[in-house]
Amino acid sequence: MDANKLVTMANQIASFFATDPDRTAAVAGTANHIQKFWEPRMRKTLLAAFDDGGDHGMHELVVAALTEHRAGLEPVA
Amino acid sequence: MYSNKVVDFGTPTKRSDNTVTVHIDGKPVCVPEGTSVMRAAVEAGVQVPKLCATDSLESFGSCRLCLVEIDGRRGTPASCTTPCDDGMQVTTQSNKLANLRRGVMELYISDHPLDCLTCPANGNCELQDMAGAVGLRDVRYGYEGENHLVQEKDESNPYFTFDPTKCIVCSRCVRACEETQGTFALTVEGRGFESKIAAGPTNFFDSECVSCGACVQACPTSTLMEKSIVDAGQPDHAVTTTCAYCGVGCSFRAEMQGSEVVRMVPHKDGKANHGHSCVKGRFAWGYATHPDRVKKPMIRKKITDPWREVTWEEAFEYAASEIKRIQAKYGQASTGGITSSRCTNEETFLLQKLVRAGFGNNNVDTCARVCHSPTGYGLKTTLGESAGTQDFDSVDFTDCVIVLGANPTDGHPVFASRMKKRLREGAGLIVIDPRKIDLVRMPHVEADFHLQLRPGANVAVMNALAHVVVTEGLESKDYIAQRCDLDDYTKWRAFISEERNSPEALEEHTGVPADQIRGAARLFAKAPNGAIYYGLGVTEHSQGSTGVMTIANLAMLTGNIGRPGVGVNPLRGQNNVQGACDMGSFPHELPGYRHVSDPAVRELFGKEWGVKIQPEPGLRIPNMFDAAVDGSFKALYVQGEDIAQSDPDTQHVQKALESLECLIVQDIFLNETAKYAHVIFPGSSFLEKDGTFTNAERRISMVRKVMPPLAGLADWEVTVRFAEALGYRMDYKHPSEIMDEIARLTPTFSGVSYDKLNKLGSVQWPCNDAAPEGTPYMHEQEFTRGKGKFVLTEFQATPERTTRKFPLILTTGRTLSQYNVGAQTRRTQNQLWHDEDMIELHPHDAENRGIEHGDMVSMQSRKGDTTMRCVITERMQLGVVYSTFHHPESGANVVTTENSDWATNCPEYKVTAVQVRKVTSNRSDWQQRFDAFAQQQDSLARQGAEDPEQPAK
Repeated sequence: MDANKLVTMANQIASFFATDPDRTAAVAGTANHIQKFWEPRMRKTLLAAFDDGGDHGMHELVVAALTEHRAGLEPVA
Repeated sequence: MYSNKVVDFGTPTKRSDNTVTVHIDGKPVCVPEGTSVMRAAVEAGVQVPKLCATDSLESFGSCRLCLVEIDGRRGTPASCTTPCDDGMQVTTQSNKLANLRRGVMELYISDHPLDCLTCPANGNCELQDMAGAVGLRDVRYGYEGENHLVQEKDESNPYFTFDPTKCIVCSRCVRACEETQGTFALTVEGRGFESKIAAGPTNFFDSECVSCGACVQACPTSTLMEKSIVDAGQPDHAVTTTCAYCGVGCSFRAEMQGSEVVRMVPHKDGKANHGHSCVKGRFAWGYATHPDRVKKPMIRKKITDPWREVTWEEAFEYAASEIKRIQAKYGQASTGGITSSRCTNEETFLLQKLVRAGFGNNNVDTCARVCHSPTGYGLKTTLGESAGTQDFDSVDFTDCVIVLGANPTDGHPVFASRMKKRLREGAGLIVIDPRKIDLVRMPHVEADFHLQLRPGANVAVMNALAHVVVTEGLESKDYIAQRCDLDDYTKWRAFISEERNSPEALEEHTGVPADQIRGAARLFAKAPNGAIYYGLGVTEHSQGSTGVMTIANLAMLTGNIGRPGVGVNPLRGQNNVQGACDMGSFPHELPGYRHVSDPAVRELFGKEWGVKIQPEPGLRIPNMFDAAVDGSFKALYVQGEDIAQSDPDTQHVQKALESLECLIVQDIFLNETAKYAHVIFPGSSFLEKDGTFTNAERRISMVRKVMPPLAGLADWEVTVRFAEALGYRMDYKHPSEIMDEIARLTPTFSGVSYDKLNKLGSVQWPCNDAAPEGTPYMHEQEFTRGKGKFVLTEFQATPERTTRKFPLILTTGRTLSQYNVGAQTRRTQNQLWHDEDMIELHPHDAENRGIEHGDMVSMQSRKGDTTMRCVITERMQLGVVYSTFHHPESGANVVTTENSDWATNCPEYKVTAVQVRKVTSNRSDWQQRFDAFAQQQDSLARQGAEDPEQPAK
């Protein structure tokens, strides 16, 4: 899967939840949406991009979501 | 002989809380106040002779045949125009009345051709019946006097003829065009003996007529007559079924001769359409027997190989072996399926079951992905259920209508007629659309406000409307306090009240003058009942789901959910979009919108199906394409969809389809997707199978088989046999058993069965113990989710921006005569109205480019380019162009982008930055490649058909 495209999609999700003044809810909302609607290989690719240390232009809420909700975003074994 | 007549009460039913009792020939009958004497008589079992009256139209009182005598009244009043009074004593038959009626009939027949035996209406002619009913035996005036018997027949319309020699000028056709359809195309021209029916200055085809057929149905003679009946004669039986076109889901009586359809007549008791139809449903059914139908299964190893016709068994075995091979090589998740909104609930349910249980993954999606998936997300989030809140009848009680991103007169014409009727009665109308759609101004309908926004600005406009309601104190405070989550509301109220959400602050994004938005907000908020109807102009945006939630927010804010006349009303594109979504076609949800991550839900389905359901969501359609290009997705089973034509960024879709090792296409035609396929399972049309469709108002209606499947198997049987070949047994003998399984597993369908549908005609889900006969409008006492949720809906501009290179915005849509990718309607006479897609352009944009009406122009975006003919029209706003996508060679989706809704990946068809230029070449590079590929595939299909013994390569 194209990591750049997935980052764009994740950033779109984050932009929606970013309106919420409650940052904790915004981070959880972003993570929860990705978990509920993204197929495992999409999440794996996004997590791999996050882990590779490169600058993928991730929205700060995406970074926070991948950091704080990592366990929930890892595909079920 | 079969009679296709249904009881005609002569005048429409009346709504009243009061009743009156009248005596018809001594029989007492109790009717609502305002009911005509004619209708009361029919209810008492007495048929009063009539010609100009029919119960779909208001009484007119012109034919003078329905005269009656009423105690205490002078003369012989017309029963159709006389309302019942309490205690009224009516006599319908006497010598005096009989003589009067015979005299009237004598006059009619003196100027009518006496060719009953060769007349196409023979056996189904009200004039003939009335002549019999009044005992007409001779015509004292003779037939030689001045008459209308040499007038020319108008055969310009492809579906019906107009023979003025047989016209009795009863005006039923004119009134049907006005009252039922609301087009006002017909009129009575001239006076007295010169009176004649006219459809404009020339003929029916060139007139404003939209060929809905209401006039044909209303005609009591053979003046207006279906050409199919002229050709075939009268039907010998009829079967009630459901239209397979748009999401209105009209009920029809398929009138048959043996297993051949001779006429489709909208069913008077159909609860979605009440006896009305459009040009597609009534007339455009010839595709079902078109020579292009695929009748034999076919297989091939590579898409450059000729097709080989095979038996069903060989096709199933080959397809199953390919799925198994690919899963063994690339993993279980390398396969998937796409269900269709054109197929029945039962077929859709089976396909998602096949993917989840047979393929062993959740890679199933539906074409609703590319139309109304944001509706599912948005309404589930805010209200708790992924469906519209009302029935269609609700519009009769609406005081103000918002039509947002929808063009009902083209996309949902039968419902549009209902809406127009209410608008003519005085309901307010706010149209929010970049184009000046017909509803903005048409005969006897004019929008109070047309908020002609820029494409992509729905959320800004809806936020601005809500801002005005809140800041001017127009919100429904009690409703919000009782029905909505107040924490969410408080947060939302603070957000929406901010100045940045005011119409003035958002004007630069919306392009709509602030005072218009303020006026519209006040009109809607102050209306006792306000209803919002919306379509793909909302959902097919990068903020599609946000747009849906702005609608729910505004409806809750103004207290407009939970009773007739109000609500959030998604106008679904295809016939079974709602059903396809209900049936678990989305990759994250099992039937009934239950997430696959819920262990209890997986357990329920797993136990019934004897498998373990995967807990992770599967790939959505755009993700499938990306994964195919990436190499991790290798096999796809597509039922009844043409993704190569309908999905955006065509070249990316083509690349994805070329990347597949096994593409199985089940369709009635070799569509664009089939050109990339390795296996063809011939599909069956809606006339060839039993099942159910669920329309935009959640109405589940029966689809009934009227002819055998041309390829031998109905679509549900194909999926069952394919599953068996894969080693997964599905043990159904009839689709009713599939519905029984759906009911067992899905709480909102637990009360649905074929027995009930046969008994009630249709039901709207939820249909269960709490609502055994269904639910016309939802969220009556509380929302499905409990308290309604206001969601923060920040406007965010689409990433698709205009530049000097791409200065115009393309928005796409549909037209009345064609349907979706046109696979069905292009194979009918509807082609006469729309045989090519065209680009609509504002006159100034055309002038700046030296383009004239009818020129060939190129349309180029960042994704690709195509050429089409140009229409210059002031329907468009400056800087915006529009095209339809009904013809594959047009390549409208070559131009559209990969941008999609943030929540659902629903593509952003409605906003593409383009440049338009006049060209001399008729074909773009892509179109030339398309032509070559189409030619190659046609040749391969022909080779296969000519050489059935050719071995698979």
